[in-house]
Amino acid sequence: MLPQYFPLFPESASTLSPRVDALFFFIFGVTIFFTVLVALLICVFAVKYRKDKHPVPVQIHGSIPLEIFWTLVPLGIAMVIFAWGAVLFFQEKHPPKSSMDIYGVGKQWMWKFQHPGGQREINNLHVPVGRPVRMTLISQDVIHDFFVPAFRAQMDVIPGRYTYTWFEATKPGVYHLFCNQYCGTKHSGMVGEVTAMSPDDYEAWLRGAGAFGSLATHGQNVFASMGCPTCHTGADNARGPNLYNIYGRMERMSDNRLVHVDESYIRESILNPSAKIVYGFQNIMPTFQGQLNEDEMIELIEYIKSLTYNGQLLQLQTNTQQEPPVNLDKIQKGVDVMQPGTNTTPMPRTSAVPVTQEAQEPSTAEPAPRQVVVPGKQKAPAKPSTTARPKGEQHP
Amino acid sequence: MSTATQVPAALEMPRDTYLNAGYGVKSWFLTKDHKRIAILYLVSITMFFLFGGLMAVLIRLELLTPAPDLFQSDTYNKLFTMHGITMVFFFLVPSIPATLGNFVLPMMIGARDLAFPKVNLASWYIFMIGACFTFSAYISGGVDTGWTFYTPLSTSYLNTHVVAAALGIMIAGFASIFTGLNFIVTTHRMRAPGMTWFRLPLFVWSMYAVSLVQVLATPVLAITLILVALERGFHIGIFNPQLGGDPVLFQHMFWFYSHPAVYIMILPGFGVISEVIPCFSRKRIFGYSAVAFSSVAIGVFGFLVWAHHMFAAGISTYSALVFSLLSFIIAIPSAIKVFNWTATMYKGSIHFNTPMLYALAFIGLFTIGGLTGLFLACLGIDMHVTATYFVVAHFHYVMVGGMLVAYLAGLHFWWPKMTGRMYPEPPAQLSALITFIGFNITFFPQFVLGYMGMPRRYHTYPPEFQVLNVLSTAGASVLAVGLLLPMFYLLWSLKYGEIAGNNPYRATGLEWQTESPPPMHNFHETPIVTQEAYDYESMNEEEVVIG
Repeated sequence: MLPQYFPLFPESASTLSPRVDALFFFIFGVTIFFTVLVALLICVFAVKYRKDKHPVPVQIHGSIPLEIFWTLVPLGIAMVIFAWGAVLFFQEKHPPKSSMDIYGVGKQWMWKFQHPGGQREINNLHVPVGRPVRMTLISQDVIHDFFVPAFRAQMDVIPGRYTYTWFEATKPGVYHLFCNQYCGTKHSGMVGEVTAMSPDDYEAWLRGAGAFGSLATHGQNVFASMGCPTCHTGADNARGPNLYNIYGRMERMSDNRLVHVDESYIRESILNPSAKIVYGFQNIMPTFQGQLNEDEMIELIEYIKSLTYNGQLLQLQTNTQQEPPVNLDKIQKGVDVMQPGTNTTPMPRTSAVPVTQEAQEPSTAEPAPRQVVVPGKQKAPAKPSTTARPKGEQHP
Repeated sequence: MSTATQVPAALEMPRDTYLNAGYGVKSWFLTKDHKRIAILYLVSITMFFLFGGLMAVLIRLELLTPAPDLFQSDTYNKLFTMHGITMVFFFLVPSIPATLGNFVLPMMIGARDLAFPKVNLASWYIFMIGACFTFSAYISGGVDTGWTFYTPLSTSYLNTHVVAAALGIMIAGFASIFTGLNFIVTTHRMRAPGMTWFRLPLFVWSMYAVSLVQVLATPVLAITLILVALERGFHIGIFNPQLGGDPVLFQHMFWFYSHPAVYIMILPGFGVISEVIPCFSRKRIFGYSAVAFSSVAIGVFGFLVWAHHMFAAGISTYSALVFSLLSFIIAIPSAIKVFNWTATMYKGSIHFNTPMLYALAFIGLFTIGGLTGLFLACLGIDMHVTATYFVVAHFHYVMVGGMLVAYLAGLHFWWPKMTGRMYPEPPAQLSALITFIGFNITFFPQFVLGYMGMPRRYHTYPPEFQVLNVLSTAGASVLAVGLLLPMFYLLWSLKYGEIAGNNPYRATGLEWQTESPPPMHNFHETPIVTQEAYDYESMNEEEVVIG
């Protein structure tokens, strides 16, 4: 509408943009109305009642009806704006069920993005058009802020906790990505580009982006190398909760509260395991604070999310030796390990499960992403030893 | 344009005034006279304002082009930090209360001085000690935290003199508490006979509300800054998650002070405008109690909206809803005030003296500043515009377009009372006009920039934002002229200004019944109040007689 070099309005490139803009124009209208009203009144009074024209003022004490009128009318308008804004806020806060996941890590002064298929990018983010993308964000140092004006999407990126935002791009293009929370010397250099692509282009980009295994497969290795399967065996007498199917459901804690198992909860349970104890388990898990970096944490979370894959489950096996339990590649039907008494009765799957699955399918060229063997990390599958217990369900 | 001044021929300066009560250094620096302390504050904050303004000029010059031209990023970050800290903590917060309030509040209620004159003097010393700390941090290399000191950046990631700057602000905060305490006690205990609460000028009401906020909110800032210093100095984990702290906790604590502080900054402005508009409309204020109670309502609700600075900081959806709702509610008392001021002009007899011009500019700019607050209070929109130039424009409309303009209105209004001489009207009217125009050219483009997504505190920016930034910088140079002019003609008027007489505007209010400049103890005899504030009816009758 305006020349490229002198735009006055931001590009509108997400499903949320028109909704934000509509409300913006409504408040803009209100602003114009009252500004013009007040300015007009002042000008009219100033001219009409200037002292030369109107030397004798009329003393007026005030008017209760008028006071009530100009209290209630602005209040009513304010409440309309509040309600409209609140509804919009809920839409901004709650990504659609069909969202795909992308992870973003901010650090002074760059952005790192990870796709579930293992593709990594710096200061660049490729997303498909027409598909909601949920960003899970965390900072490695100070507070940053993920801001894509064209998508009207913004969220602070905080160290030590996940924050989320989402968008669904509507037209292909390259858009600004800004860090919008002052973060030190090169704050204004912490910028990047979001490239929205047609689904086919995005598919092609994913294939060409050179991923070495999906996040979940990396996470599988982290899971093993940290010794998690020792306790999270999946058996009914295991010391740690079963992790199978856990993502996205409501889990009962020892103090009887119900907790929604999301990325934040999984992260907290790994770094600060005693914060919330699953009902029926002891507070025995050591903290992994300082042992995992944010990338590994994301991989681990993706792995735990993947433990619902396609109705199948990964059976983890370990032997009684102190060897790192690395034999993670057997996929079996999961029904037989749903043990009574472990407090892990699976709830109906939430949307999060297909999300993960969908997010991974296009992201890897291989047909069965979870079976990819990461070079150097995995040994040959160990045979189940006599004491091996079926595992595959864990819970921190 | 003409003046309301009806200056009879040979006015003479009064013989004994607070200004000639003593000339030595000690007579100023050990004074317990609220009027002299006000002058001490006035000189100090004018210096700080000039410093903060210089920083603003450098910032705007750097932003002329998208590329870094004049400064390195670290220097730029220090500039906006020093601009923010100086303007907020060393200019805006003390501006009207400590200068105009200190000067006229006791006179308005018919008192000889504030309740605790020594505490009042102590507050100025504490303020200056705080300033020494903060300015020593500036001089020894600067601070680059931003005026908001967000953690963990300020506590663990910067190696500038954060602790010195923060301690300075903390110390200066106590000056603010002392002033507030003094005003509260003075308003309660030292009113002249007949000066009931509902005969108080609205300036006193607003100062009273401000004082409550100062006394209650400022300690939280002190605690917060001490915690920052503790974490920075001794690695006690409070805010940095790597030490086991919570970075968002800082924001809650900081804004628990700093949002009420916004009202500390703007409420005194409301008070000034409520004095100026009736005077130059020759008319009582419309809806006295509505204006008075809206000040108190703003003071109370101001404590309950702090988290609206944090909608994008990951606070829970439902708490965001509550804070958004309260933020809309607090907009209403401000709207009531604007409507009452406007209605006061209705059927008045409008004089366009400089204070009135500033007051009219205030209403216009504050209306825009207030209404754009609706965008930010609105959750759905705030998630897009928060921390962009939209916010910068919004709070400059309130803080500069509102508060600074109100301060100038008040300074011109009470200048004859403070100095005994009139400011020269034509250049003053001109500078009010220049300020209004320059201000709008500077800050209006920033609303547009903000909605387009330009983040605040950016040293470099994408080229498509340049045109608006050039416009903004151009406006800033106009604004600078508008703000520098008063320094010259006000200083000039000290020697060459017309002698004002006791009440050059024929304003109501006890401060106008005594001499200009007032004697040491304000009144030769204690005034007795028999009328409401803003009784312009009888004042106008006298005027007719004189005319």
